[in-house]
Amino acid sequence: MNIEERLLKGDKRACARLITMLENNDPEAIEIIKRLYKHSGNAYVIGITGPPGSGKSTLTDKLTKELRKRDKRVGIIAIDPTSPFTGGAILGDRIRMSDLALDEGVFIRSMGTRGSLGGMSKATWGATKVLDIYGVDYIIIETVGVGQSEVDIVKTADTVLMVMVPHLGDDIQAIKAGVMEIADVFAINKADLDGADKTQLEIEMNLDLNEKSDYRPPVVKVSASRNENIDQLIEKLMEHRNYLEKTGKFSERRKRNTKLEIIKLVEEELMNLIMDKALEENLLESLSEDVLLKNLDPYTARDKVLKLIK
Amino acid sequence: MERAIRVLVAKPGLDGHDRGAKVIARALRDAGMEVIYTGLRQTPEQIVQAAIQEDVDVVAMSILSGAHNHLFPKVANLLREEGVDDVLIIGGGVIPDDDIPGLIEAGIEAIFTPGTSTKDVVEYIRNNVKR
Amino acid sequence: MFDDKKIENIEEAKEKWTDGKVKKVIERFPERKEKFTTGSNIEVDRLYTPADIKDFDYEGKLGFPGEYPFTRGVQPTMYRGRLWTMRQYAGFATAEESNKRYKYLLEQGQTGLSVAFDLPTQIGYDSDHGLSEGEVGKVGVAIDSLKDMEILFDGIPLDKVSTSMTINAPAIVLLAMYIAVAEKQGVSKDKLRGTIQNDILKEYIARGTYIFPPESSMRLITDIFEYCSKEVPKWNTISISGYHIREAGSTAVQEVAFTLANGIAYVEAAIKAGLDVDDFAPRLSFFFNAHNDLLEEVAKYRAARRLWARIMKERFKAKNEKSMMLKFHTQTAGSTLTAQQPDNNIIRVTIQTLAAVLGGTQSLHTNSRDEALALPTEESVRIALRTQQIVAYESGVTETIDPLAGSYYIESLTDKIEEEAMNYIKRIDELGGAPRAIEKGYIQKEIQNAAYKYQMEVESGERIVVGVNKFQIEEEHHKDILKVDPEVERLQRQKLKALRQERDNQLVETKLNELKEAASTDKNLMPYILDAVKTYATLGEICGVLREVFGEYEQSIIL
Repeated sequence: MNIEERLLKGDKRACARLITMLENNDPEAIEIIKRLYKHSGNAYVIGITGPPGSGKSTLTDKLTKELRKRDKRVGIIAIDPTSPFTGGAILGDRIRMSDLALDEGVFIRSMGTRGSLGGMSKATWGATKVLDIYGVDYIIIETVGVGQSEVDIVKTADTVLMVMVPHLGDDIQAIKAGVMEIADVFAINKADLDGADKTQLEIEMNLDLNEKSDYRPPVVKVSASRNENIDQLIEKLMEHRNYLEKTGKFSERRKRNTKLEIIKLVEEELMNLIMDKALEENLLESLSEDVLLKNLDPYTARDKVLKLIK
Repeated sequence: MERAIRVLVAKPGLDGHDRGAKVIARALRDAGMEVIYTGLRQTPEQIVQAAIQEDVDVVAMSILSGAHNHLFPKVANLLREEGVDDVLIIGGGVIPDDDIPGLIEAGIEAIFTPGTSTKDVVEYIRNNVKR
Repeated sequence: MFDDKKIENIEEAKEKWTDGKVKKVIERFPERKEKFTTGSNIEVDRLYTPADIKDFDYEGKLGFPGEYPFTRGVQPTMYRGRLWTMRQYAGFATAEESNKRYKYLLEQGQTGLSVAFDLPTQIGYDSDHGLSEGEVGKVGVAIDSLKDMEILFDGIPLDKVSTSMTINAPAIVLLAMYIAVAEKQGVSKDKLRGTIQNDILKEYIARGTYIFPPESSMRLITDIFEYCSKEVPKWNTISISGYHIREAGSTAVQEVAFTLANGIAYVEAAIKAGLDVDDFAPRLSFFFNAHNDLLEEVAKYRAARRLWARIMKERFKAKNEKSMMLKFHTQTAGSTLTAQQPDNNIIRVTIQTLAAVLGGTQSLHTNSRDEALALPTEESVRIALRTQQIVAYESGVTETIDPLAGSYYIESLTDKIEEEAMNYIKRIDELGGAPRAIEKGYIQKEIQNAAYKYQMEVESGERIVVGVNKFQIEEEHHKDILKVDPEVERLQRQKLKALRQERDNQLVETKLNELKEAASTDKNLMPYILDAVKTYATLGEICGVLREVFGEYEQSIIL
């Protein structure tokens, strides 16, 4: 059996290998996705984001267990930063999901950002498609969690869960701008700590200011490590899903996301195309020299590069 | 094609001494590899499932408690049973010379004992990954 | 100690010497390195003079042995009165075999036992648990129930020996078993002497044999404090351990700082549980590492004693002098032993022994030369013990108290370590105390950074380890080493199966249920656990009940 057939049959190793191939930009993998794309679209994607140390992995673990109780198959993509200097990474999110490893209905994959900036990796979108075809009902994407750059998750997820913790101090200010708006559901983790009520109040006040649609993101207090209120959180996530589906916003959102994904793919391919040529002809080298010597301005240099593909 | 070597660094069994495993994990990262670190108290079954889902090139295990003769071969056997034949399996820790030939025969391809330079481990992995 | 004028003269003279003689020599023969540092990267000057300790207040900083701040030692006569306890940590496969060994040691005149448990016991799993596979009897003796404990101490009068048990997460259960064995021997609790390690915080930080989350673990510890202060008054209820923190790669300063920060957390927890500081603090003891940098290590022990005395007096307002004394056990550093040219380890252990003794330890375990290869052989264990005996009886360092005091270098290093450790403790206080700092991964990260730095220094050759990165030889095949028979695991499981058939299972269940109920209240759990062990409920069953109520700790990764 080839890898395509194996993936369609729900073979774990085929699923894992295909994700690797996508991460490595293997053209064969892209051909396979092209052929199998029509089998995708069944999985619902939940994105989990929030500052470092907010307990995203533990929460992912607990949410997955709750989904398993409801007989849903779950795929998890856990993203950690790649070192920009060495290209290496330590991917440690599995550590908090140890006992999921033996559950046949769960597939966990750790990914490094590999140079991507948006709290996700370039191959994340592709990996969700592979998991979707492999046959999971839910995909949970756990982002890196570094503030402003988290907004990319909204382009891939159907529901975005924002995890907060008490005592973030100034961090909450930083996160408010831009990132607050992408959340569909808020979870205040470690709610057993003092200050959980204050954090909730702050989020609610923020939501008051931004109220513009018929949907107001709910705020749920949980304790992932004590496994408290996880079922309630799942309910809120499901309510958001129902809301999207009932109001027709689900297909709207997927269409928007697909559009964004196409743009991203085009961008990437264009860049590759241009950069390959430019590097091949040593063009960048000579242009930057000319700009430096004021023989040329950067805009003209740009036009010269673009001419390569025009 | 951009390709990062992926390594699962695991502590099978109940041994809590993870200084070596963590130093190695960091050294491999600094050498440009993607390290999946699973933490303490992993069963062979958990290690094998993680290795499969993460599609790693290397499984690197460390034991200082003396349980290596039992746990290392078990991981190798389970991987074989799952039909995984393109993963390099290596081990480290306090491992007596006398035990090494048996472990190698069981499919653990290299054993690194105390005093090994992390550079040697990096180099060994680079030269011996199977794909 | 010196008047200002004299200090000024010395400073001037030193400058002259540096710019003159030294400079001239260096021009022709440069020093070996640009920068000299201790084993823990504290910068070391070429020469120390009175100017380095110019504000030295003898009585405030050193005082006298047996008196506050105990810098020079906790007893007034130190080794002139009684040598330190030579306490070799040993554990064997089964209770039967260990019992034989302990009897042999006692016949040889040893009065203290030190029990090593296997990993399943340390983590609260029975020998027939899935995770115990391959681990039973490996690093110590396997104890599943009171039955094993009865065999372990069979024929050993518990009112005559002091027993140290390296047990942490399930310490309360093992202590209960020990008390139950004593009861069967007709020995009352107030006669029992010994120590349980019982230091859970360093398990989260460095050693890894945790079971429950911090909050519940701390509750078990304070239950032990409270129970023992009333019922087992001679028992050392905790051995707050820097040993494993250092083994995990910390510096000497970090070892002191993180150990004392953990100590502070235990004291705070006990006070919060309603205990009076002077009721439990005299029973606190410590456990430190001995590394190769002899002088730094001596300064470390002295700094730790002074710092703890100040913390207890100033921060916790202790009144009893015994509450302020930092008494400690020392073990030589396993992590410094090399697999290469293993006999060289005898010399390392000798230096480390000297460090511990010059630092005023109360007891000492010396490691065996072959521990980087496997479990030590009998011959290696004997050499390790002889090392202590030679230092004790032949070296002469025992004849006067704290002989290195007053050395400009030692005193300035003692000050430096105390100051830097205090800075760490302040930082940990800011983070909300040791348990919070551990949860945030701060302490682990600091240690891992130090460990990684050390490794890189060895690999670059900046730091020399004889036989490893310099002076290597072709290693020969090491084969004279000890192995544990895998048969032990099967035997232990068999015994356990028989036990589960023989005992009154109804009664076991009743007592386990009572324990479970009590665990979700704030009642002291010791009486319930005592009741349970007496019905031969197993360690795994008791910890299982507590796992259900408390949950299990999940490690957070910090790399």
